[in-house]
Amino acid sequence: MYRYDEFDTAFLAKRNAQFRAQVERRIDGSLTEDEFKPLRLMNGLYLQLHAYMLRVAIPYGSLDAQKMRKLAELAERWDKGYGHFTTRQNIQYNWPKLRDVPDMLDALAEVGMHAIQTSGNTIRNVTADHFAGAAADEIADPRPYAELIRQWSTDHPEFQFLPRKFKIAITGSPNDRAVTRAHDIGLRMLEREGQTGFEVIVGGGLGRTPMVGKVIRDFVPENELLPYLEAVVHVYNQHGRRDNKYKARIKITVHENGLDTIREQVEAAFERTRAEFEGVDDRVIARIRARFRTPDLVGGETQAYEDARLNPAFRSWADTNLAEHKDPDHAIVTISLKAHGATPGDATAGQMRVMAELAEQYGYDELRISHQQNVILPHVRKSDLPAVFEELKAAGLATANVGLASDIIACPGMDYCALATARSIPVAQQLAQRVEDLRIEHEVGPLQIKISGCINACGHHHVGHIGILGLDRGGVETYQITLGGDATETAEIGQRTGPGFSYEEIVPAIERLMLAYLEVREDETETFLEAYRRLGVAPFKEALYGPEKQRDAA
Amino acid sequence: MPRPFTPKIVTANALLEGDVVYFTEDGSWTRQMSEAELLEDEAHATIRLIDAEQQGHIIVGAYLADAKPGPKGPEPVHFRESFRARGPSNYLHGKQADARSDARSNDNY
Repeated sequence: MYRYDEFDTAFLAKRNAQFRAQVERRIDGSLTEDEFKPLRLMNGLYLQLHAYMLRVAIPYGSLDAQKMRKLAELAERWDKGYGHFTTRQNIQYNWPKLRDVPDMLDALAEVGMHAIQTSGNTIRNVTADHFAGAAADEIADPRPYAELIRQWSTDHPEFQFLPRKFKIAITGSPNDRAVTRAHDIGLRMLEREGQTGFEVIVGGGLGRTPMVGKVIRDFVPENELLPYLEAVVHVYNQHGRRDNKYKARIKITVHENGLDTIREQVEAAFERTRAEFEGVDDRVIARIRARFRTPDLVGGETQAYEDARLNPAFRSWADTNLAEHKDPDHAIVTISLKAHGATPGDATAGQMRVMAELAEQYGYDELRISHQQNVILPHVRKSDLPAVFEELKAAGLATANVGLASDIIACPGMDYCALATARSIPVAQQLAQRVEDLRIEHEVGPLQIKISGCINACGHHHVGHIGILGLDRGGVETYQITLGGDATETAEIGQRTGPGFSYEEIVPAIERLMLAYLEVREDETETFLEAYRRLGVAPFKEALYGPEKQRDAA
Repeated sequence: MPRPFTPKIVTANALLEGDVVYFTEDGSWTRQMSEAELLEDEAHATIRLIDAEQQGHIIVGAYLADAKPGPKGPEPVHFRESFRARGPSNYLHGKQADARSDARSNDNY
């Protein structure tokens, strides 16, 4: 974990005092809502369907036990005893009261947390590979660079009023677990001739105009990362459209001006910023590295783990929820927040405390939030896994479904969100419950289902193997299905299958897709996505809408 | 032919709590949609919205929502307003919980 210094503490205290005064001025009538709204948004406070919502940043998804306990405390003291982890590795509280928010922010500041730039047209919380620092396939831990970007972008004077929000994702691995191609800027770490650097991808994004990001520069050395980023955002700030909110993201700027034009302008700006930044990256990254505590892994025998695998429940969980660690005596544990029938991404205060406890006792005091709305214990000694499993099970956190059909991403949808056009949470709940009743998800194997309750696509439906988009069609909730989306390094936008389904019809429709896949796959090793790529949409369309002939007649 | 006017209510969120509120005939705010003023005339609805917007120290984001008359008072037309009047579907939180605890406390009398 990165340890914040006195500068950060003083900065947060000042910012929170400022916001407290703004809240007071709103309540006493000195500020109108039009004046107050941009101020509250800059501090992560939204007004949603039923209540205010506070979005708290978890920088690059990393936290420790102390921070997790603080999140639990907020859930209990000022909310309804739970929090919602999001696809941007943040946590949202759905029921705060306006007067309480300054106290909540002060409480967060006690552990160096905040809600700054979790909204508004600014550079948002930078997201990272949730296996960062632990993954076997990693070149290097991307989090020091993520912290570098956080420090650079927080309160950056030029970038407080961008044409639109701006999201950066970073990964240190060739296997992309951070959806870098669906971000305004995606950074993929590379090594070239012994030097570490980044491939810079620009103009990706989901929303109403989904686009896969394009490589604007194939290699930026690590010590020139900030001046290069500054050049990109500078060019976007100048040319991004402010006349039309729906055309304001950098993906449209790149699309309308052409990648080559934008690249030329970025290179010109980079000439200047590189001179201005001379040496900053080297100095700052060295300082950040010095403040990053990384665990000294203590290996050990793995026999207890091998013995525990004789227990079928443990083995099933281990097979789905563990990932390969760079150290052979350790494993990466994904704690599923997707118990069948529960709300994806929600954790109670009690569950948060259990996870904090496990991190302290068995996980070198490290936790991560994944964009898939799960929690990660990145470093667990294999011999400790049986104990971890038992404690997770007791807390209702041992669902063995990571990467399977019920490990669904779902945005809050119309149960909470003021922008939503349909509900997504109950669709996810019913679908996961159905999958469990049929007991087919282990047979179906790797399958990513992602649900958004409006075209803004917070639920990443475009990059789901099966994507579900909830819309309002003539005053009725209607769900469109897309197939073949891919969130990884081979990113693709899913294709719409055809007419949508009603709220009652959508779960049976997805069930038919899974059953059709089991029918048509070559063998057990061919995944849903591979079968779709081999066969195209035809057999799946038939499963959804009936045989083609019948469809023509209808 | 001009299209017939769909009756409306004025609704907003409370400034302090953020919860859903409805504008009443006497110019105050209620948590219950059934107690809202049903606006059946377009010109009157426009005026009531302006009246409601004057109370920016109490509420946020007033707007007109379609409604229909019911036995106990105005009822929602669109599903979004039904959810706003009830609360989320994944937990018994929001108005539906308040209604239940009200019912419980009434049982004691």
